[in-house]
Amino acid sequence: MPFSPLIRAVIITFSLFFILACGEKSDHEASSSAAPKTQPQKYPPAYGDAIVTGSIGDASNLLPVLASDSASGDINGLIYDGLLKTDKNLNLIGNMAESWEISEDGLTITFRLRKGVKWHDGHAFTSKDVMFTYQLMIDPKTPTAYGEDYKQVKKAETPDDYTFRVTYERPYAPALISWSFPIMPAHLLQGRDITKSPLTRKPIGTGPYIFKEWQTGQKIILEASPDYFEGRPYIFRYVYRIIPDTATMFLELKSGGLDRMDLTPIQYKRQTNTPKFEKDFKKYQYLSFGYTYLGFNLLDPKFQDKRVRQAIGYAIDKNEIIDGVLLGLGQPANGPYKPGTWVYNEKVTPYPFDPEKAKMLLAAAGWADTDHDGLLDKDGQPFKFTITTNQGNKQREMTALIIQQRLKDVGIGVKVRIIEWAAFLKEFIDKKKFEAVILGWTIPINPDLFDVWHSSKTKPGELNFVSYQNREVDRLIDQGRFTFDREVMKKSYDRIQEILKEDAPYIFLYVAKALPVVAARFHGIKPAPAGIEYNFIKWYVPKHLQKYKLEP
Amino acid sequence: MLLYLAKRILFMIPLLIGITVISFIVIHLAPGKPTDMATMMTPKASLEAKKRLEQLYGLDKPLHVQYWNWFKRLAVLDFGRSFASDREPVINKIARRLPITILINILSMVLIFVVAIPIGILSATHRNSLFDKATTVFVFIGFATPTFWLALLLMILFGVTLGWLPISGLKSLEYEQFSLWGQVWDRTSHLIMPVLLSAFGGLAGMSRYMRSNMLEVVRQDYITTARAKGLPERTVIYKHALRNALMPVITILGLSVPGLIGGSVIFESIFAIPGMGQLFYAAVMSRDYPVVMGGLVIGAILTLAGNLLADLGYALADPRVREGGL
Repeated sequence: MPFSPLIRAVIITFSLFFILACGEKSDHEASSSAAPKTQPQKYPPAYGDAIVTGSIGDASNLLPVLASDSASGDINGLIYDGLLKTDKNLNLIGNMAESWEISEDGLTITFRLRKGVKWHDGHAFTSKDVMFTYQLMIDPKTPTAYGEDYKQVKKAETPDDYTFRVTYERPYAPALISWSFPIMPAHLLQGRDITKSPLTRKPIGTGPYIFKEWQTGQKIILEASPDYFEGRPYIFRYVYRIIPDTATMFLELKSGGLDRMDLTPIQYKRQTNTPKFEKDFKKYQYLSFGYTYLGFNLLDPKFQDKRVRQAIGYAIDKNEIIDGVLLGLGQPANGPYKPGTWVYNEKVTPYPFDPEKAKMLLAAAGWADTDHDGLLDKDGQPFKFTITTNQGNKQREMTALIIQQRLKDVGIGVKVRIIEWAAFLKEFIDKKKFEAVILGWTIPINPDLFDVWHSSKTKPGELNFVSYQNREVDRLIDQGRFTFDREVMKKSYDRIQEILKEDAPYIFLYVAKALPVVAARFHGIKPAPAGIEYNFIKWYVPKHLQKYKLEP
Repeated sequence: MLLYLAKRILFMIPLLIGITVISFIVIHLAPGKPTDMATMMTPKASLEAKKRLEQLYGLDKPLHVQYWNWFKRLAVLDFGRSFASDREPVINKIARRLPITILINILSMVLIFVVAIPIGILSATHRNSLFDKATTVFVFIGFATPTFWLALLLMILFGVTLGWLPISGLKSLEYEQFSLWGQVWDRTSHLIMPVLLSAFGGLAGMSRYMRSNMLEVVRQDYITTARAKGLPERTVIYKHALRNALMPVITILGLSVPGLIGGSVIFESIFAIPGMGQLFYAAVMSRDYPVVMGGLVIGAILTLAGNLLADLGYALADPRVREGGL
């Protein structure tokens, strides 16, 4: 389902693809406190009608193991199921697996699979399919980016048709969520070249929707599965239209050509408050699962003194950025987790806006304006640096400009450079040729920080491109990673958040809100910490409000 | 005439190869590889996964080897497979998207021709009249208006406020349920705004061009002669002057073929039309080399063909060209 342009940009561009890879409803989580409460259920649920949603990009491949874009992930999320999924409060619950047990020593996970589930072609789903999916993911010949979690598995077995058991070298926390990845049909793919499989364009899954048609570059059409194991979805048809221009998408929404999209803050605040719009649509807002940050290249001598980094933290007014860039529709970010989730450390507070404190810290670090040109200097070098960010994300560009102004006030000269995405990654991030960057990360459900913060991940092309190295953080990451004990995890991650604040390798800036809007005829939408999409199959349109006369 | 044609076509081959070599080098010089799109910034992708993908796409070989492999396939009209995760043959992708782009471009060229030429003639024959002045203003506005902005205004007016025309796409959702006439109208109504918009810039320029050509020609001696002979003004203008004034316009139309395809990128994104422009843009952004190269080759062929057609038009209109050879 579509995200707001910001969220989409964050996701397409730098997601911890982990979430996307799951291609599940859990991709869409976002947090609670939606503006309009649930609609009163005046009318009984009814089958029929269609929902038309928009996407700026077309899907590329509907075989989950090969898909890497968010559009394909959106569609696959409706067609395929994983063994597990997340509920409205983001807890892991069974999906194709009815239940699961973790052995005493935390090494073995046994999944009990649902009986009677059928693939959309009528074939029965069994543990063979799970085994096949697992083998596909770890097969060196499979061109996939998602194999890593599965390589941690030491042994996989299928004692019977409805049991699947995996054993790990040591307890591995990201394991459970990795089993929410879509399961693919063995009987259609086994022993064939999957890259040439017809399933890449005509998927066959076990999910709530059945693939109907894909008109490349125009739309993808799905229809409700009449015997989905959680009950037939009320909305009969799901239409995914490709509209590359966001302004066009908004006009389509206004003219009734779309039923759902994600708004930008300006659209949300200023362009959708006509009485007609408010009658035809319902707007929602909740904290998205992604944050934007200013990251320093810690190999750069300028940024090696943590007092300098802290000073920059004090010099930036986050609330000003949130008001100016997001029109207030966001919250200050304060570490790599989403405010309000269990792993978020409430005791760590962001650097308050305090330019005087910033100046003091800079002076303590040896920076002073000795030549009276308005810029601080040290050893004859003025304090100047460049903030680089990717082209195509207006919010990041604006954030950079606001930071530029604030840092000027404390005597630091900032240049802003905007680079096309691919070139930006290849030439600047990958080669560590940057001074500071503004980027964003999505926040995965699993709180593991290994890939972004562990000091073993600082090689060129890896995600700890700011080169942050801290022994204690490494130890704490491992501690949280190789356990299923929530208390141990919580302790580790709380401490990491304290250290990250103190060390300030990033200045965490903001968590934006997701701003979805849905046509008012849809009922049954219940906003929750996971967003609004988690119960999509329970959405319905009362008989007399149905717009498209469609009956299965 | 045939010899002329043959020479022209033969001359196009080295030109085309030159274009492909330069394009190939330039594209590969751009930072970023197609495999990066799938693997960069994704924690679950290891460095080996990246290497494997590169091997699969043949990106681990030196550039000249890659070019030679690509060229060998091109010689048998095989554009290779897309690097996008669907791995579809490039030729299929282009074949699916080219017709709609060509259709819109032809319609808009026809529109330009049908509207701009009479306007140009009328402004020339009624120089400094109110009509002439009004078109001058129109042309300036036309040049100054950004297409995407005008497109949004039209969409708001006809799509949202009046609700007469669909805003984007090629056909409605309920298309299958319409009667035959309903389907024809549905298709037509989806094309009105894109065609208008893609013709808009050309209209302004072409009418101005036609006007100045016409003014140029009516100053010639043979027109004075024709008038002196007592021929009616209509015959002088439409028979003698028009033919000569049209010649440069034909060239310009021929030369504007590649420009129109380039312009497709904008209106195809705005109107969500799945054509070449959109395909090409997406391919460039994701560094999908085979599709980019395929698009460039097709574009180059269209450009050369446009030039050839213009020259043929010239040769047909002016015997001196075809007899003089190259």
